[in-house]
Amino acid sequence: MDRTQTKSQAHLRSRLSAFGTVTHRIYRFYADGFRSMTVGRKLWLLIIIKLFILFFIFKLFFFPDILSRDYDTDAQRAEAVRESLLNR
Amino acid sequence: MDDLMTVVDWSRWQFALTAMYHWLFVPLTLGLSVIVGIMETIYFRTRSEKWLQITKFWMTLFGINFAMGVATGIILEFEFGTNWSNYSWFVGDIFGAPLAIEGLLAFFMEATFIAVMFFGWKKVSPGFHLASTWLTALGASISALWILIANAWMQYPVGMEFDPAQMRNVMDNFWDVVLSPVAINKFFHAVFDGWVVGAVFVCGVSAWFLMKNKRREFALDSIRIAGWTGLAGIVLTLWTGDGSAVQVARVQPMKLAAMEGLYNGKVGQEIVGFGLLDPSKTLNDGKDPFLFDISIPYGLSILANHDANTFVPGINDLIEGISLTPEGDTIRTESYAERIAIGKRAHEALRDFDRAMTDGDTAAMAEARARLKEDYRYFGYGYLDSPEEAIPPVGMTFYSFHIMVLAGGYLLLFFILAVISSARGGRLWERKWWQWVAILTIPVVWICSEAGWVTAEVGRQPWIIEGLMPARAAISAISASTVQLTFWMFAAVFTALLVAEVTIMINQIRRGPENH
Repeated sequence: MDRTQTKSQAHLRSRLSAFGTVTHRIYRFYADGFRSMTVGRKLWLLIIIKLFILFFIFKLFFFPDILSRDYDTDAQRAEAVRESLLNR
Repeated sequence: MDDLMTVVDWSRWQFALTAMYHWLFVPLTLGLSVIVGIMETIYFRTRSEKWLQITKFWMTLFGINFAMGVATGIILEFEFGTNWSNYSWFVGDIFGAPLAIEGLLAFFMEATFIAVMFFGWKKVSPGFHLASTWLTALGASISALWILIANAWMQYPVGMEFDPAQMRNVMDNFWDVVLSPVAINKFFHAVFDGWVVGAVFVCGVSAWFLMKNKRREFALDSIRIAGWTGLAGIVLTLWTGDGSAVQVARVQPMKLAAMEGLYNGKVGQEIVGFGLLDPSKTLNDGKDPFLFDISIPYGLSILANHDANTFVPGINDLIEGISLTPEGDTIRTESYAERIAIGKRAHEALRDFDRAMTDGDTAAMAEARARLKEDYRYFGYGYLDSPEEAIPPVGMTFYSFHIMVLAGGYLLLFFILAVISSARGGRLWERKWWQWVAILTIPVVWICSEAGWVTAEVGRQPWIIEGLMPARAAISAISASTVQLTFWMFAAVFTALLVAEVTIMINQIRRGPENH
């Protein structure tokens, strides 16, 4: 029993270690890639500015999902749309 | 009503602005990814440094364009939730499912393999790198597929049943939606158009290098690949465009009539090659719709039905109920006045269903539901007061269609000459005037591509979903001033970002292929 347990623990340890290595390699892959970027840095800056404007200004202040904001349940949303469509 | 129409018009302009901005980047991503894939394949097979340099240069420009386009499509989804909330709810999972698949694919496939493309040159094997480049190209096309499926459904709604309790169209056949002939044609038409855009971009930038007497070999090698890609792309775009015309004649005949400024159709209908519409023309005034036109005999009958001796209905014919079957046969169907009456009957059935649901009367609900199902195909017509309201803006549809066709014809000629010249040592490419032609073709290809979308979207007005929902029913109860404000905010932000991004692109091109 003990031997089986030790074996499975060793197996788990080796799996975890392999997972750690793969994760580390993926991390290094992206970290080195980002570090060696030239024009990419400017692009990332633009992308971040763009995403900030889109999600933190436009979405937050100007583009609410109207039905989700104004009604709590799908039944209420359906009722609101039905009323709106029948009164246009 | 006036305020409602102001909100509708501003919301449509806003959607057009954001969609057209988004479409500046998408076709170049689709096309450049394929061209870069071909270039890297040549490098993989030859292991030549020259091809590695060529691949890396165009890959960098691909990356810049990709970054420029990131998230520009998300704005459209914001607009669905805010400006078009009735529509968003009404389409239910039919629109949501393809968009969700697109989001997941775009994120996992493109994001993963693009990272390998740019960061993996010395980290993964050449074979894996090449596979990543092609998978990025494939991922971009698959993303486009799901968006175009959603768009095609709006033009030709199939594979669903309307549930009045949920007030949603519920998908009852996924494959009918995905394999809709309109969707398939639209997908290939858009993807091949992307190849053409990418190829013109490569030819134009390469011509600039030749004009500056720089990197001659690099430029001619790039042109060779782009020339063939562009020629294949434009031939396939014309072929799928022909398929689209046949589809439009069957499922959106009013759009085809508007595309041609055709009021009264006939057997052996000519096609207008070039024309100037009379802006004072109104329905049934008996006036010639054109101030001037050059037409090709039998052209429209051939385009719509692949048969010179067939009938193509005009706007007046369609209003009277004369149309085409899916097989292309002429039939008499409901006139637009009858459709409006049927649509209003469908509204009445929905109203009865609503009352029965409030009263908890299940028998009355079932009866109203059955009546609604019977008349649902013309539900959208119930919002119209007269048949004239079902006519799209003829001028904009006609001119955008003809700009697209004329530009497409020019692009075919351009690529034939580009390919012949590069096969004969590239002598034409040494001529200054031709280099200018190639550079000036860059804006032409974008105008052509955008004009195609204007034709497709303006030509289907007033419908947001063909026959089922006009734009004015789809709109949310919001104020016009909010939409006007966000329209100008978008315009200002997009212009600033576009200037910044194009500047980066131009600077990178100026640096040349040695610095990548």
